[in-house]
Amino acid sequence: MHKKIINSIATIMLTVGALAGCSTASSGSKGIQATGNNVKIGVNMELSGGAGGYGNQQKQGIQLAVDEINQHGGIKVGNKKKKIKLIIKDNKTATSTSASVAAQLTNNDKVTSIVGPATTNAGTAQTPNITKAAVPAVSPSATDPGFTMQKNGKVQPYVFRACYQNNFQGATAAKFTYNNLNARKVAVFYDNSTDYGTGLAKSFKHAFKGKVVASQAFSAGDKDFNAVLTSFKSKNVDAIYVPGYYSEVGLIIKQARQAGIKVPIIGTDGMADPKLAQIAGAQNASNIYYTTPFSISQASKSATARKFISAYQKRYHQKAPTFSALAYDSVYIIKEAIEKEKSADSTKIAAGLAKIKNYDGVTGSITIDKHHNATKPIAIESLKNGKVANSIAIK
Amino acid sequence: MQTFWQQLINGLSLGSIYALLALGYTMVYGIIKLINFAHGDIYMLGAFWGYYSINLWHFNFLEALLSSMIVGAASGVIIEYFAYRPLRQAPRITALITAIGVSFFLENGMSYLFGSTARDFPQVIKQVNYNFGGVLISNIQILILATAAILMVALQFIIKKTKMGTAMRAVSVDADAAELVGISLNKTISFTFAIGSALAGAAGVLIGLYYNSIDPLMGMTPGIKAFVAAVVGGIGSVPGATIGGFLIGLLETLVQSVGLSAYKDAAVYLVLIVILLILPAGILGKNIKEKV
Repeated sequence: MHKKIINSIATIMLTVGALAGCSTASSGSKGIQATGNNVKIGVNMELSGGAGGYGNQQKQGIQLAVDEINQHGGIKVGNKKKKIKLIIKDNKTATSTSASVAAQLTNNDKVTSIVGPATTNAGTAQTPNITKAAVPAVSPSATDPGFTMQKNGKVQPYVFRACYQNNFQGATAAKFTYNNLNARKVAVFYDNSTDYGTGLAKSFKHAFKGKVVASQAFSAGDKDFNAVLTSFKSKNVDAIYVPGYYSEVGLIIKQARQAGIKVPIIGTDGMADPKLAQIAGAQNASNIYYTTPFSISQASKSATARKFISAYQKRYHQKAPTFSALAYDSVYIIKEAIEKEKSADSTKIAAGLAKIKNYDGVTGSITIDKHHNATKPIAIESLKNGKVANSIAIK
Repeated sequence: MQTFWQQLINGLSLGSIYALLALGYTMVYGIIKLINFAHGDIYMLGAFWGYYSINLWHFNFLEALLSSMIVGAASGVIIEYFAYRPLRQAPRITALITAIGVSFFLENGMSYLFGSTARDFPQVIKQVNYNFGGVLISNIQILILATAAILMVALQFIIKKTKMGTAMRAVSVDADAAELVGISLNKTISFTFAIGSALAGAAGVLIGLYYNSIDPLMGMTPGIKAFVAAVVGGIGSVPGATIGGFLIGLLETLVQSVGLSAYKDAAVYLVLIVILLILPAGILGKNIKEKV
């Protein structure tokens, strides 16, 4: 509890700081003009704190993309090639820090576009500051439906994402559970400390044709799920849907299997990480399914993705995780926008991003729709003994 | 009925973890009236020590457990020496805020040094489930309950039967008078921190093994809940902390088993408020009237 108090004091101080910073940004013309021989791209990312794992994977994807582009001379702005200068800042998975990082990037560093943050909460927190500065941001993985929208139903002019939104992901999982797994009675166990978990649980329940017999919640950082799992067991469910991140879902899988619950467990892209099987224990990670925008076995059918997977393996000595792939694509769609608009001014990049169509990214063919969501194919991977055993592409 | 017994087992194993942590809070509070908010983070240090000692030096379970108790004790003594000792004469609120600072320092320092991602704890003991008429108990749950029970009895023995324990009780009643009869205040307080932190270090290894997941922020929530357990049981009372720990564990399990999992943390804090209102000294707390 004492942490909450400190947090709220920090929020107040940071808000005051951010407000003071913003008053200077409004002078001059709208947006940030590109100057010098570099294209400045800011990264507002969760490098520590709860989502630090995803943030660091995304950072690796971003750096890989930027180094590749710079090796080839940079981004073609009009008829001149300019190298990318990355400015990476950690938002500590805190909404208050995310807002102040966005203010620093736009006011002090004068970046003309931002990649990040990874999570919906931190992403939503940066929106007011980037909108004031008229600098577009592409989040690789903020999947909440409301993320790119204003309260009045209009689209946020400077907020984009490189992933699909939760309603689509939740509905796909619901259909798959009913049609492919033949489950009629399911339990939903969701992360209610994030918009991500609550949003997905809602869209799953809405789209599922069978019966949701139990709906329970956990929060990030929880370690003991035995009580809830025991109650699911007594209800004889056919499947469990667990929208959340791998650190908790891994433990849920472990404890469920140890409690003798053998039914399929279906999850979301938050689970798409090799760490999941390590935490759950490989012998427990069977009969597990999750929706993901990037599946290595699907991706190896595309040349762009094959190139990315081998470059990633060479540089980081590991299989490319989903979040790195999404972050990699985020950088490339910014490059695409700059080259199409022939300008690296922030407002021009925003206009270019809104027009991205059928861009051949590593996570599939990307089209930005009118609500600034990336539409692309979705895949469902299944795990057997901790390894990806099968992958089904769903259009 | 089967479900009921299973939930009881779930509650007891969760409760034994809170009880182990609550003992450290209650001991330190009993002696120097300081709520050591860094206690949960010492538990995290213990878990990380277990992780590295097993992975790098291939310690077995017992070696990892004992060495993490030593590491926990050492870090507790170091923290006391550098952070709390200079503030012993300062107002209590100053020490309390320092404790929060130490907690932040440890959490963020470890995040910086080792990264904030969750890691899987090496499984030195293979989990085996025993089935009693449909109720499953794992060998690790039994191990946690047994270790917790042994450590609690040992603690009770140290406090009641040894010379150091007598010194600790003397300091807790009146520090000045204890010094007058020749008890070294610094030594006694260091010893208290060492014992309390050793328990937290042991809890770190046990929980790492049980849940198979550790991270630098793992001490935050259990730390606060253990603090609630200590207050419920009567802060300053060793048996009280044990009872409080089990009560909180059972309460959390009960709330989740009836389908209110979203409110399980709220329920724990609600109990804290209720206890503070109707029984401020806790269940087994001594209600000492202060003479003016």
